[in-house]
Amino acid sequence: MKIVLKNLTKTFPSRSKKLRQDVVAVNDFNFEIPDGELVGLLGPSGCGKSTTLNLICGLERPTGGQIFFGEEDVTGLAPEHRGVGMVFQNYALYPHLTVRQNILFPLQNLKGKDRLTKEEMTRRTEKAAKLVQLEGLMERRPSELSGGQQQRVAIARALVKMPRVLLLDEPLSNLDARLRLQTREEIRKIQRSTGITTVFVTHDQEEAMSISDRIVVMKEGVVQQIGRPQEVYDDPVNLFVAKFLGTPPINVFHGRIKGERVYIGEDAVLLARGVPDQEVYVGIRPEGFLWQEEGPLHCEMGRVEVMGRDISIVSSHKEAAGAQIRSIISAEIRVDPAQETVRFGVKPNKAYLFKKETKERIRI
Amino acid sequence: MKKKNLKAWLYLLPAILFLGAFLVYPLIDVFIYSFEEEYNFASQTYSGVGLYNYSYVLHDTYFLQAVKNTFILVIITVPISTGLALLISVGLSSIKPLRELYQTIYFLPYVTNTLAVGLVFMILFQKTEYTDGLVNLILHWFGVGPVDFIDGPYWAKMFVLCFYTVWVVLPFKILILTSALASVNQDYYKAARVDGTSKFRIFVRITLPMISPMIFYLVITGFIGAFKAYSDVVALFGTDLNTAGMNTIVGYVYDMLYGDSGGYPSYASAAAILLFAIVLTITCINLLVSRKKVHY
Repeated sequence: MKIVLKNLTKTFPSRSKKLRQDVVAVNDFNFEIPDGELVGLLGPSGCGKSTTLNLICGLERPTGGQIFFGEEDVTGLAPEHRGVGMVFQNYALYPHLTVRQNILFPLQNLKGKDRLTKEEMTRRTEKAAKLVQLEGLMERRPSELSGGQQQRVAIARALVKMPRVLLLDEPLSNLDARLRLQTREEIRKIQRSTGITTVFVTHDQEEAMSISDRIVVMKEGVVQQIGRPQEVYDDPVNLFVAKFLGTPPINVFHGRIKGERVYIGEDAVLLARGVPDQEVYVGIRPEGFLWQEEGPLHCEMGRVEVMGRDISIVSSHKEAAGAQIRSIISAEIRVDPAQETVRFGVKPNKAYLFKKETKERIRI
Repeated sequence: MKKKNLKAWLYLLPAILFLGAFLVYPLIDVFIYSFEEEYNFASQTYSGVGLYNYSYVLHDTYFLQAVKNTFILVIITVPISTGLALLISVGLSSIKPLRELYQTIYFLPYVTNTLAVGLVFMILFQKTEYTDGLVNLILHWFGVGPVDFIDGPYWAKMFVLCFYTVWVVLPFKILILTSALASVNQDYYKAARVDGTSKFRIFVRITLPMISPMIFYLVITGFIGAFKAYSDVVALFGTDLNTAGMNTIVGYVYDMLYGDSGGYPSYASAAAILLFAIVLTITCINLLVSRKKVHY
């Protein structure tokens, strides 16, 4: 089931009485999620990603715009009539019910002609439990389960009514780091095997990039960029997106363009053909630095961090926007931490220019 | 480990001393009194040890009347007040405008003096030579004859007592239940909504189990409180409760000690121990039931 969001807008009345202005949580969101894809809504807290999810779910009504599931306009439909399954951040498992009763709960709500026979309910429950590998735990209470198992119960409960759309709100944020890796693989696997169009919300870019077919980067209610994870990473439209994606984060310098060359301080690091002279931000990904004896970029040596597969050189530059510059280079290179200056070359496809005022990307 | 224990005992010492002197010692003392026959306050002497006090109390018609009254009061008021409080709390938590005002109004009786409230009830219900009272006036509109609620038939007096008790205990229960309802995580309701759960089913399958610990707390304290009823009865029917036929067990104990026919600490102690046994049994039954019904 494809999901279409058309000019979707949600404003909340301001809580403080002094500020009469409404808070715009989601601003003119346009997006078509293709059938069967896993989409990650990504952004810092307060960017409107959870509101967007609630709008798709139906828990919130949009102030403007429309939502379509396939060809059907569901904007005015209550959540239970939309055919959505939702997994809440804290899972919202009923603590007094067993795993089986929790998964069964949505099926018992069905009335009239949708009502299933007892056998069918049991069969569906068993099937959903099997999908998330909960077979042995059916008679336990949620409090007797680990965080990851609770998460799987929540997913099973969302899937048991065979929803057209599966929604996950920060599905991994309550899990420890190791479980997070494992669970995100599982979510991906379950999504693949069921083929249900899935939208999930996260503030963790790594999580979003690793399992999504497509990511939507949001900031203050406005969609910044939509695309496949690698595309967005390789081709950010503005400084915010560039900074938000990637660990370690991108290094940002104050620079300027003079005579079709990009200068950082006194160092001419890149060519910029056809770009008029101006002040710019230069963003260089950590892997965008080349270890060169005669490289154009002069940095002051900080320290060297060995990570096994590669090494990370922490240095500084007076034109850098952040306190330190982190570059990642191959571990085969021997770096002397005692040297005062390190010199780098810059890979043109890993460095981006942004306008000083708008912070929009300048394409070369 | 030893040192830690010592410190813990030291911290507990003030509480142990006070509780021991004013709670445990009197309890033991009452227990002993209840077996000492013909105990005399003035000379502090007694004629023998045995079960005579219990036998006397259990054969005293006033005591049996008091037990009957107390049990009727408990059985009627605890379920009604808890049920009503639940209804009102659910109502209060589902309205938005003026919720705080209503909460305050419902809580007002809690901070009002029992005797003052009793007086007002008496005025509302009492039939005197000059007036039939407000309640009788209303009853008259429905074509029901005047009933003397304060000095009249037993059922009328019992009705006033139960009405009054429910009214007095309601505010505290509403307070506890509204806060219990407010503390239920909203995500459960959101999840239930997404799954298309009907309002009734949400209440029975989610809300009730979630607040069940608080409901059982209220039932247990309600039972204990109702068994210990005394001041309410005095407020409504005066101090001569035996004549009015409205005495309670605690009232009986008091009368045996200080009333006009008082001065029998042994009988009073025996009655008190009997009350203790009754309350203990009921509370144990309550706890056993709640262990089966209250999850987590």
